[in-house]
Amino acid sequence: MITDTHITHQRSVVQRIISRLLSHGVLIFASVVIGLPFFWMISTSFKSDVEVGLFPPVWFPSELLWENYVRVWTAAPFEMFYFNSVITTLSGLILEVIVGAMSAYAFARIEFPHRDALFLVVLATMMIPGEMALVPNYLTLRNLGWINTPQGIVIPYVSSAFGCFLLRQAFLSIPQDLFDAAKMDGAGHLRMLLNIALPITRPVVATFALFLFIAKWNAYLWPLIVTNTWNMRTLPIGLVMVREAEGTLGWQHVMAASLLVLLPVLIVFFLAQRQIIEGIARGAVKG
Amino acid sequence: MSQPRTFRISNLNPFSPNRSWLDRFRLLSLRNYRREQLAFLALIAPNFILFGIFTFWPLIYNFYLSFTKWNMIAPTPTMIGLDNYATMMQDPIFWKVLGNTVYLATGSIAIRLVLALALALVLNQKLAGRDIYRAIIFSPTFTTGAAVALVWTWILHKNLGLLRLPLNLLGIASPNWLSDVNWTIPALIIVTIWRGLGYDMVIFLAGLQSIPAELYEAARVDGAERWSLFRHITLPMLSPISFFLIVTSIIGALQVFDLVAVMTGGGPMNSSKVYVYYVYENAFKFFKVGYAAALSMVLFVITLAITIAQTRLARRWVHY
Repeated sequence: MITDTHITHQRSVVQRIISRLLSHGVLIFASVVIGLPFFWMISTSFKSDVEVGLFPPVWFPSELLWENYVRVWTAAPFEMFYFNSVITTLSGLILEVIVGAMSAYAFARIEFPHRDALFLVVLATMMIPGEMALVPNYLTLRNLGWINTPQGIVIPYVSSAFGCFLLRQAFLSIPQDLFDAAKMDGAGHLRMLLNIALPITRPVVATFALFLFIAKWNAYLWPLIVTNTWNMRTLPIGLVMVREAEGTLGWQHVMAASLLVLLPVLIVFFLAQRQIIEGIARGAVKG
Repeated sequence: MSQPRTFRISNLNPFSPNRSWLDRFRLLSLRNYRREQLAFLALIAPNFILFGIFTFWPLIYNFYLSFTKWNMIAPTPTMIGLDNYATMMQDPIFWKVLGNTVYLATGSIAIRLVLALALALVLNQKLAGRDIYRAIIFSPTFTTGAAVALVWTWILHKNLGLLRLPLNLLGIASPNWLSDVNWTIPALIIVTIWRGLGYDMVIFLAGLQSIPAELYEAARVDGAERWSLFRHITLPMLSPISFFLIVTSIIGALQVFDLVAVMTGGGPMNSSKVYVYYVYENAFKFFKVGYAAALSMVLFVITLAITIAQTRLARRWVHY
């Protein structure tokens, strides 16, 4: 015997399945459209000259031409660009985490007259657009003799308002007992920062470091201004210059080079996507 | 063997005249808070010194430079008063650049917000592979601008570009995206939507998840339908987030550089020249340092005005 509730129940199951399928349909469509430029870049990078020139386009090249990668790699000192990018990104990241963590610890854990006013000064720097500083910073570095040096690329960008803010929040949430116990054992502030504050807030520090990695790897404007020889260029700059300098490069080569630049950020992103996305979401809803 | 010393509380002043230097030193170090203060200063010093040199000094120096004429080669800048600002007001390229920047900022907002909200609503349910969809849609956000600009230059290629395919299906001839003055900004808008959609979606998603479930339950008890739940609870609760996203996108457009530098170089005929690119060009291509400084000051004032307006307006009409 079929009851009324039975029918409505069945209908709602069917409805739910349809709504599921629709949802998946929408999301698959969006993912494909958004992922297509990546696919198109990879597919093009393996094509021959002839296949690149075809329209409608060939989705899958008939043969994977790895020599396209060899060709761009030898067209310019790419290993140099890679080296410069890795060095400046990592050193900048480490310095910014250190500088940010030190000041965050001070603001979270040490009493000082007018501490909150000083913290507002830190926050105020976030309102000053970085583009303002291009000319003055260029001149400062020229006086220091740091033009076209790794430290010239790195140092102007290691002060950290965002990191100070983020880590201060994290340090404030650590129970005071832990610090009291360490103090009894005679630990100073530096030891408390290294042995208590940083290890406990490791997830926050890691998320911060991930953001910094991506931001510094992608940097374009400042490294463009402050470097002026091939051997000091970072990847994004080198990539664009290779294309401009080498008239004989085809789109397959340009796409191969672009992939070489994008690969590290894409790998880091997909390995840590949950952490990165949740970090973004948390920051925005609170802030 | 030294005698144990006793201090009376009232007599702890290290600088009282009849004290030895050794005692003074001991008393100073005994003052724990003094040590604390030193630690505080030492810990904030690196950040504050760097802020001083690379953030606050540039602001002051830039302000000064904006009243001068200088090519970075002459030994010192020449004072010319307000000339740079006067030039700016009469500079047709400045107004064009400002217009382009506003066009880029506003042209993508509506589409981005609607699409992002729709996707966030779909994603805001228990679905298999939810994380994977979210990651793919978000992935363009953090990609290297220079590389992405090259990929899109290729996609927008008039004859061989991928974008010609859907346009062909619709029976539309592909415009000459990057060399037709009417299509450069729309081309940049397409790239901006592609790059920003996932970010907007993630923010909306977080907003949706922060709406208390009791609100919906209470409304449902009152017999509210799905659409009216959306209309009267979801949308108002998301207004602060929408507002945040609009402001972020305007400030983002004010700072666009790499896409323009790589895809169009600001051309043709300044049709895609945006603010930061114009500052860069004046400073490092034309070596008009004073003029670039004046442009930077205006950028600073605009950004500040937007930020202040944001906090004011948010208080007035956004539902919290």
